[in-house]
Amino acid sequence: MSVRKRVLIRPKQGILDPQGQTVERALPALGFEGVSEVRVGRMVELDVEDESRLPEICERLLTNPLIEDYEIEQ
Amino acid sequence: MTRFGVIRFPGSCDEHDALLAARRFGDAEILWHRDRDLKGVDAVVVPGGFSYGDYLRVGAIARFSPVMDAVAEFAADGGPVLGICNGFQVLCEAHLLPGALLPNTSLRFIARQVDIEVASDSTPFTRACEEGAQLSIPVKHTTGRYYHPDPDSIADQVVFRYAAGQNPNGSVDDIAGVSNEAGNVVGLMPHPEHAVDELTGSADGGKLFESLARVPA
Repeated sequence: MSVRKRVLIRPKQGILDPQGQTVERALPALGFEGVSEVRVGRMVELDVEDESRLPEICERLLTNPLIEDYEIEQ
Repeated sequence: MTRFGVIRFPGSCDEHDALLAARRFGDAEILWHRDRDLKGVDAVVVPGGFSYGDYLRVGAIARFSPVMDAVAEFAADGGPVLGICNGFQVLCEAHLLPGALLPNTSLRFIARQVDIEVASDSTPFTRACEEGAQLSIPVKHTTGRYYHPDPDSIADQVVFRYAAGQNPNGSVDDIAGVSNEAGNVVGLMPHPEHAVDELTGSADGGKLFESLARVPA
């Protein structure tokens, strides 16, 4: 019996995120003022039989812990 | 004569140039990513390209291929390993080199000739160079921004730096290439294998292969 899980992956704090910066710069042109600190990450959805293995899956494959943080949604 | 082994992953595209570059200074053969032994080569080149499509993250899947276990053992025994571009990314993901490669600050694919400075001539790959010498070598990548959380801690392991004002991708401290602590594993983003003949602009890249060919067998 597997369970559907979501993993949110973000660039680590302090790492320059040019994708986020690009989005941030584009917003005022569309009339969206007052948006700052945009960071772009990834989301992975997966069915897992053994949830307890998910952190290891995240650390060994889904993310590079040197540059990315992850959060397993509860 | 030094025998080079050049790894071919699905998605590699620079292994042929690496093979031809290596053959100017020694023997060279292709090693397939499913090989579990390195066939007794004296040096390993992990070439550029898009291993396994780089679908998840650059170099992330290739590090788990069978041949990489053999490369890790070879490196642990002091064997010389050179990672170029995607090969550099693979070696970082495999923790054979410190740091990681992030998307270029510009988010654009960059292909141009750059000058890089040799920061260390004590690795098996730079012994034919002089410290401080500049090499003209092309870069071509989208994910080449070298990152390390504490660059001061690896200052001794910096092997190449982009020349002043030529950092193409936002790499920390202008770092273009690094080695492991022992110095026998080196990775760089620029492509020395594309710069081995004056006909195509520069033969400076040949120095790295020439250096490897001087490794005592």
